[in-house]
Amino acid sequence: MSEIDGVYWVWLRELIRFWRFKSRILTSIIQPLLFLIVLGGGFSFVSLGSVNYQSFLFPGIIAMSLLFSSISSGISVIWDREFGFLKEILVAPVSRLSIFFGKALGGASTAIIQGLIILALSFILSIVITPSSFLISLAVMLIFSLGMVSVGLIIASFLESFESFGVIMNLLIFPIFLLSGALFPLNEAPEWLKAISMFNPMTYATDALRGAIIGTSTLPLMYDFIVISVFSVVMIIIGGISFNRQK
Amino acid sequence: MEFVIETKNLTRKFGDLVAVDNLNIQVKEGEIFGFLGPNGAGKTTTISMFCTILKPTSGTATINGFDIIKNRGQVRKSIGIVFQDPSLDDRLTGEENLKMHAGLYGVPKTERKKRIEEVLEIVELKDRAKSIVRTYSGGMKRRLEIGRGLIHYPKILFLDEPTLGLDPQTRTHIWDYIRKLAKKEKITIMLTTHYMEEADELCDRIAIIDHGKIVALDTSINLKNSLEGDLITIECKNTPECNVTNVLAEKVKTLDFVLNVKNMDDKLNLFVKNGETAVPKILDFARENNIQVYSTSVRKPTLNDVFIKYTGREIREEGADSKEGMRERARMRR
Repeated sequence: MSEIDGVYWVWLRELIRFWRFKSRILTSIIQPLLFLIVLGGGFSFVSLGSVNYQSFLFPGIIAMSLLFSSISSGISVIWDREFGFLKEILVAPVSRLSIFFGKALGGASTAIIQGLIILALSFILSIVITPSSFLISLAVMLIFSLGMVSVGLIIASFLESFESFGVIMNLLIFPIFLLSGALFPLNEAPEWLKAISMFNPMTYATDALRGAIIGTSTLPLMYDFIVISVFSVVMIIIGGISFNRQK
Repeated sequence: MEFVIETKNLTRKFGDLVAVDNLNIQVKEGEIFGFLGPNGAGKTTTISMFCTILKPTSGTATINGFDIIKNRGQVRKSIGIVFQDPSLDDRLTGEENLKMHAGLYGVPKTERKKRIEEVLEIVELKDRAKSIVRTYSGGMKRRLEIGRGLIHYPKILFLDEPTLGLDPQTRTHIWDYIRKLAKKEKITIMLTTHYMEEADELCDRIAIIDHGKIVALDTSINLKNSLEGDLITIECKNTPECNVTNVLAEKVKTLDFVLNVKNMDDKLNLFVKNGETAVPKILDFARENNIQVYSTSVRKPTLNDVFIKYTGREIREEGADSKEGMRERARMRR
């Protein structure tokens, strides 16, 4: 009972904080929109088979938004530690695992909200979202963001201060983003690039979203789902263990 | 169960450093018990072990009858903690901080609302409960933390340097709240401090701790009485040829009512029986020996004198090291 309460309150806190920073919500939407409008607009002469570049980019931008927001909310534990609040949570008679799950679910929820807001803008590109494409997208968002929040939590449990935040941003988040096929079709890319991208979980999340939203995916949907599910489960396990271990 | 806190040779080492050295204390129910000592004496380490944040190297303790190593969950439920450093979520409102705490500590849903109101009443934050904590003053944040520590009806409340970095006025306010809640909630309070006045004002019993060891433990009055007498400070005029303070120091030792002499360069601190009558005698004695006395003062001993007696130095000397200063400044900014 108290454990469920623990998960619930840690989760709720993330949502309250998210809701309180309207400016953060705004920037988190503006950034993907900029990509979509500027990059999508600039390359509008490109067309990939039956779809134009902007529509092709759209699911990739959703995945990007999920990636950025998930990892940063995982890393936000460092701030909690720095400002002392983590101590209050850690001495509560609630297991570390519950706190970890609360945090992971909270981060995933806020990431999904942002993803859904962008998805709702699909009408601008005259993309029609059917109930089934909505549900598949939602499932991808949930699995992928849970995994990525866990990655953030793992990083946070090893980092001492947030000074290294910029390093993580440049060495981890951007490579994951750029090597995911979010910006360009991987099957047209050079072999080496394709090969690296195959090790990137985001590649599969992007592919699944693309399949669900605009109906063109490189891999079978089931295959994408298996890969991101395995990735997430492994990250959640490692995350749970490392969160349990930290002081 | 007789004692709510009882330690058995509680020890914590950090490498070669023995932060807490074979601590044995017993705290009665309803007591306000204080740890007084300079920074680095082992106060926070001790409290951290009681709160199960830190494991003892050897020995153990029972809190509310539960072992701090074997029954961590039960210990955590029995205690409320106010950490030395701020630990509020300052982006949430005061009320949200309390609600979250009630949830994490498993306060029954039906009681939460009432309990939060009760606690807000005690720390007088009712009218600011819905404001974001960021907008609170330092004293209000501290009060909210004290209130938060009470939410889950703890048996024991730990306050680690509860008034660190607060201005004197706010400090006396916080003392009022602590006294009030001790009475109203009937809980045992254990606090650490390096402020003499704080220990003196609040605590039923005080443990003076230095280098991880308890050097004295008693009520404030008994500790002061243990010095058996009053303190006379005499200031002499030293000349380049002769350090008359030293001369006088040697000579007054022979007087039978002088219990203890401490020579502090150009000042003499004398512990004497019955200070009021001792002063004229000492002045006469100085005159007989051709020593010019510049000024004298008599006072009852304070905890500071007790501290000097047991540790051989003043608590203030180490009271403001650089890290401490930084922490105080950081707290003020927040």
